[in-house]
Amino acid sequence: MMNYDNILSKKASCIPPSGIRKFFDIVSEMKDAISLGVGEPDFVTPWPIREAGVTSLEKGRTHYTSNAGTMELREEISRYVNRKYNLNYNPKNEIIVTVGGSEAIDITLRALLNPGDEVLIPEPSFVCYKPCTILAGGVPVPIVTEEKDNFRLTKEKLLEKITDRTKVLILPFPNNPTGAIMEKEDLEAIASVLRDTNIIVLSDEIYSELTYNGKKHVSFASIDGMWERTVTINGFSKAFAMTGWRLGYLAAPAPLCSVMYKIHQYAIMCAPTTSQLAAVEALKNCDGDVENMCKEYNQRRRVLVDGFRKMGLSCFEPEGAFYVFPNISSLGYSSEDFAKKLLEEEKVAVVPGTAFGECGEGFVRCSYAYSIESIQEALKRIGNFVERHKK
Amino acid sequence: MNKELLSILEKNSRITPAEIAVMLGTTEEAVKEEIKKLESDKIILGYRTLINWEQVDKDTIKAYIELKITPQAAKGFDRVAEKIYKYPQVKSLTLMSGAYDLLLEVEGETLRDVAMFVSEKLSQMDSVIATTTHFVLKTYKKENVIFQHPDKDPREVITL
Repeated sequence: MMNYDNILSKKASCIPPSGIRKFFDIVSEMKDAISLGVGEPDFVTPWPIREAGVTSLEKGRTHYTSNAGTMELREEISRYVNRKYNLNYNPKNEIIVTVGGSEAIDITLRALLNPGDEVLIPEPSFVCYKPCTILAGGVPVPIVTEEKDNFRLTKEKLLEKITDRTKVLILPFPNNPTGAIMEKEDLEAIASVLRDTNIIVLSDEIYSELTYNGKKHVSFASIDGMWERTVTINGFSKAFAMTGWRLGYLAAPAPLCSVMYKIHQYAIMCAPTTSQLAAVEALKNCDGDVENMCKEYNQRRRVLVDGFRKMGLSCFEPEGAFYVFPNISSLGYSSEDFAKKLLEEEKVAVVPGTAFGECGEGFVRCSYAYSIESIQEALKRIGNFVERHKK
Repeated sequence: MNKELLSILEKNSRITPAEIAVMLGTTEEAVKEEIKKLESDKIILGYRTLINWEQVDKDTIKAYIELKITPQAAKGFDRVAEKIYKYPQVKSLTLMSGAYDLLLEVEGETLRDVAMFVSEKLSQMDSVIATTTHFVLKTYKKENVIFQHPDKDPREVITL
């Protein structure tokens, strides 16, 4: 008998699995269960984008593209981030098309980290930063963001955690799971701390197109002096409802890009060709589709926030992404117990806040990538639950 | 808020003003008032139910009829249209650009009903030069609703 424990990489084996996934496998078999657990759009990719993908297949475009992505797509990305976020990147050597934002995060960290380098990770946040940091030999250092600060990263909290080993700061805004955004002043404050350091910012802006209350997304690289120290990561999954196409990109100064490019080249070759050809259509002609989806998310967002507040729960008003992050601590259950009981008793699935960092304790994440009707039904059930368990 | 309010109602006319108010971040009173105004301005013309009659009543015959009309001066088309839309068989009537002038949606119980309506009523009118009748075989999409749509959510129940 082989003892696999002795064979497997220590580093990789030590990474905790996402336990949430298993826990919720039962939901899919439950009849009448409603899930607010999904972190991807309910919308199907707009038809013109799908058609562009189909057409590319009909034309036989089934080969590799150049490693960094087709020049046409990189040029479109360059134009897009310029008109949307006032960023300037040269499509020739400052943009790499990746397999989703996830790959971009991975190769950025692998390109930057030496053993023992510290990565500052504001939490609660998306689940991949920590494991990717560990795999790349770095040391994850969480920074707790709080409800009282609107879950924004403050200058003070950042200063507390900077050491001489700090290599990277991750800026995951608009944020999954809190829905927090960082406005220009907030980013300026962060910039003022970083200006005299060598810290590189990994700005994960995958939800940049989904902001509300008229607050347009501000890209960190557009802040004075920050371009040279920022890796901007974005993608097609959330804005264009293209999760299954696995397409994202990163944009960064050429000396950084050239190293990430090597990793991408050897590990991935190139992002899927069909997706790349479809994505050109998305960037060129689909602003209207994105706007319409955003408008609908906004309506649902208001319904969810209003619903939780009417139950007497404290609920931070998210201004980006498609999640609300209500505070359920007043009921006296841990996030995980709350989620389990809610699923058992009312057949509604939400994600415990602790999936996004320890400081997510006391919160649950509810996605509004669902129809208004499902959201209303879910709220009704959660309302019954809260009524029954109120202290 | 007008257009957003209208598109919410267009999708679901049974939604309550209180629900709309939450979705738009305003008050129930403001929504009620706005709807009242839109009704009195004849912007909202009615509240209907979208029904897939093909599932219920397989015998209804539906046709689109193109009408060519002798050239009309000034409001001439409106006068011809008025004569046509008074027939209860005519479910919709629009003035078109292109190869013909008026497009009618007609319903009848049998093929014969529709055919007779065309030959005895429409073709008999002085101003009608030509008619082309297209019978509807199957409706795929109407009022932005796809009629036979798989309802199941294809997504995994939880993704992070």
